[in-house]
Amino acid sequence: MSAVLDSKIPTGPLSQKWEKHKFESKLINPANRRKYEIIVVGSGLAGASAAASLGEMGYKVKCFCYQDSPRRAHSIAAQGGINAAKNYQNDGDSVQRLFYDTIKGGDFRSREANVYRLAEVSAAIIDQCVAQGVPFAREYGGLLANRSFGGAQVSRTFYARGQTGQQLLLGAYSALNRQIAEKTVEMFPRTEMLDVVLVDGHAKGIVVRDMVTGAITSHAADAVLLCTGGYGNVFYLSTNAKGCNVTASWRAYKRGALMANPCYTQIHPTCIPVAGDFQSKLTLMSESLRNDGRVWVPKKKGDNRKPHEIPDAERDYYLERKYPSFGNLAPRDISSRSAKEACDDGRGVGPGGLGVYLDFADAIKRLSEPTVRERYGNLFDMYHQITGENAYQQPMRIYPAVHYTMGGLWVDYDLMSNIPGLFVLGEANFSDHGANRLGASALMQGLADGYFVLPYTIGNYLAPQIGKRPTTDREEFKRTEADVRARTNRLLSIKGKRTVDHFHRELGRIMWDYCGMARSEKSLQRALAQIPPLREEFWKNVNVPGEGEALNVSLEKAGRVADFLEFGELLCLDAFERRESCGGHFREEFQYPDGEAKRDDTNFQHVAAWGFNGEGEKPTRNVEPLVFEEVHPSVRSYK
Amino acid sequence: MNLHLKVWRQKDAKSPGQLVPIEARNIPEDASFLEMLDIVNDDLTVKGEEPIAFDHDCREGICGTCSLSINGLPHGPSETTTCQLYMRKFKDGETIHVEPFRAKTFPVVRDLIVDRSAFDRIQQAGGFITARAGSAQDANCLPVPKVAADAAMEAAACIGCGACVAACPNASAMLFVGAKVSHLALLPQGQAERTSRALKMVRTMDEEGFGNCSNYLECEAVCPADIPASVIARLNREYTVASCKDAVC
Ligand SMILES: Cc1cc2nc3c(=O)[nH]c(=O)nc-3n(C[C@H](O)[C@H](O)[C@H](O)COP(=O)(O)OP(=O)(O)OC[C@H]3O[C@@H](n4cnc5c(N)ncnc54)[C@H](O)[C@@H]3O)c2cc1C
Ligand code: FES
Repeated sequence: MSAVLDSKIPTGPLSQKWEKHKFESKLINPANRRKYEIIVVGSGLAGASAAASLGEMGYKVKCFCYQDSPRRAHSIAAQGGINAAKNYQNDGDSVQRLFYDTIKGGDFRSREANVYRLAEVSAAIIDQCVAQGVPFAREYGGLLANRSFGGAQVSRTFYARGQTGQQLLLGAYSALNRQIAEKTVEMFPRTEMLDVVLVDGHAKGIVVRDMVTGAITSHAADAVLLCTGGYGNVFYLSTNAKGCNVTASWRAYKRGALMANPCYTQIHPTCIPVAGDFQSKLTLMSESLRNDGRVWVPKKKGDNRKPHEIPDAERDYYLERKYPSFGNLAPRDISSRSAKEACDDGRGVGPGGLGVYLDFADAIKRLSEPTVRERYGNLFDMYHQITGENAYQQPMRIYPAVHYTMGGLWVDYDLMSNIPGLFVLGEANFSDHGANRLGASALMQGLADGYFVLPYTIGNYLAPQIGKRPTTDREEFKRTEADVRARTNRLLSIKGKRTVDHFHRELGRIMWDYCGMARSEKSLQRALAQIPPLREEFWKNVNVPGEGEALNVSLEKAGRVADFLEFGELLCLDAFERRESCGGHFREEFQYPDGEAKRDDTNFQHVAAWGFNGEGEKPTRNVEPLVFEEVHPSVRSYK
Repeated sequence: MNLHLKVWRQKDAKSPGQLVPIEARNIPEDASFLEMLDIVNDDLTVKGEEPIAFDHDCREGICGTCSLSINGLPHGPSETTTCQLYMRKFKDGETIHVEPFRAKTFPVVRDLIVDRSAFDRIQQAGGFITARAGSAQDANCLPVPKVAADAAMEAAACIGCGACVAACPNASAMLFVGAKVSHLALLPQGQAERTSRALKMVRTMDEEGFGNCSNYLECEAVCPADIPASVIARLNREYTVASCKDAVC
């Protein structure tokens, strides 16, 4: 069944769309707001900011997260910074420039109107966070400091040491706490959403499992917001927190929400390489290291001499060689692919040959060790902690890792999915980053959605819904609860021979080998052939010990992995059908002779939004054409 | 390497718990402490036993979720969080005691998982600056001296793990509360609610049953986020001044 995708982009000139839309949007008077109940699933930047803002406005909010406290959402781990078009450095930044950089960075695969709005509200985010007490870095004069980040020629990134995500999240958490104290928001930590409930085609509630007692219950509302983050853990190993999952989005997909561009995944070039089979997650080393470190591999294949025994002439500083003007600072997707090429060529270093050197010897000679220590000391310490190696004396080993997912549930300009009443915010939606996200723009988007976009747009849906909230006694709730119970019981009853992690690792291997940094028709066919049998085996042979009516970590993991096993297939299918290369989606068949990604604007200048057609049925690929009025898609060049 | 673990197992908050011997076999030195537990859990699961429940998420030392007491020390013998502790710190054949963070205010939920929601309630009492979305002025209208901003950041770096409470013989939460009170008191934005914040947070801390500080400074020693004990001195000052103001008003 194909769906009509109405993005509801307002008419008029790009720079006036948002103002116009805000003016034309329906308002709900303050006395009526408390008559509405809104469910917010997720307490990361997107969820916490949305829940707090809606609470401040007078709505009754229920907020859910799977951690023991909303303060621990994965947003806490973001390091580098947050972009905003403040032009505080007087270096020519503007809303227009941030808009353009984001569209170009996304390889012309995002919506102009959404990206423009994001750039427009970016400045207010910084104001809001500073007012909350977020301790951003400052100059000696007391003004806010900025740094520059990949893909931009201006300094527009605000940061708080290497802990920007932590400080922004704690800011949103404090706003959320204020509302919890005022009783406008009720918080449900350690509570996992396992399904969304549709009543007459509208999202009117969710079914959750209390992760301590195991109780499965329903909550009704006038609207449901999913702010549940990205799906990078479909690759098993990623820089995401261990609990990050696709369950909320996937359950919504199976109830009719469209999943857009799942194949757009971002692979970060500088992570600590895998050390062995026991590895449970990957750690990011800030991209800033590439300002002073030089990336190289031996010229000779299988050269297993120690790095200092390899003379300069026998080293290949491949980024400097291939991209002389950007050198070691080439964008993320390009740097990642180059590392893979070197390793595929048999010139990788470290265990399994899956690593490249990031060498600071020249920087230490040029700047002295204390200066390097001052700039990157904490990162060198972290590297030492994890690998036991001293990067002042020998080069670091790094390798790319899955980091962020641009795809997600399809939403219109109001951030509402195709299911009325179901809104999607933050990394969970597909909206603003096209096929590749620029550094420091995810934090911006999460907070834009939660503080400044959704609180205005939700009125359009809510206004005519007054008094229509169902109670959880309705048949629809009972049926959905029964589905969730049946699924949980099924997982518990298999008692097979393999652990949940075994299946997750295996899925991750397929995804990474065949649908990772480079994809091809052949590799994707392989993935599409291997995932269904793995899924089948999971449902026959997984072992989930324990019971449902108690805290059961294996059961939580099993539910998430079961969803990844279905979602992974859709991701590969999307990658298979997108016969072009763009941003993070690199199809080997589609490249220029020099190895750069080759887009196909004639056939693929669109969003692919997948619709569920039932178990075992092929999903429908719906298309939303991308219309560019302001910018002209060009070939990205970083040479 | 092989290790003899003595792990706290407890079915739920109401059941009694005990230390149970469990063998950890073939553990690579490069594995983290939590990855060692993953391996042990895989073995247990394959044997049809229930795996050891422990809290964790980011595994990068920033979310504050992991909370193990290792050989009696919150987060064990490293200067960071449990998740950033690597097995090369241990010797082959060693016996390791693994317990949850111990404090009466952190009741055990299951095995190694504790309930730290008291921390959230303290923050809800006043750990914020009232700044409604949409009401902020331009960020650079309010310059903040770099020294103050840096000091605020140092205090704001608290990850809320609770090691400070678990390490303190009195189960005091003064380092945790002092960190938030200091962070906000050091900034010009935090002045309007400075008095009420200190009073409310300290009162809630007491109501939740956290103990007093008698300067053991174990909290500072175990803090993975390097929160300095000077935040406790500041908290005492803030609270005293706030109480006086409160009494006069
Ligand atoms: C290591 C790292 C560094 C990064 N650095 C940067 C950076 O410097 N700049 C930048 O802009 N971006 C960065 N990013 C990306 C950015 O951090 C994320 O994209 C962003 O924080 C996502 O925010 P979110 O609110 O959408 O989701 P999250 O913060 O992931 O929050 C998801 C929430 O949903 C809840 N949840 C999920 N599923 C369920 C369920 N089924 N039931 C109940 N609750 C559920 C979780 O409990 C959580 O509260 C980084 C990412 C990583 C991994
Ligand atoms: S798991 Fe996040 S700090 Fe240890």
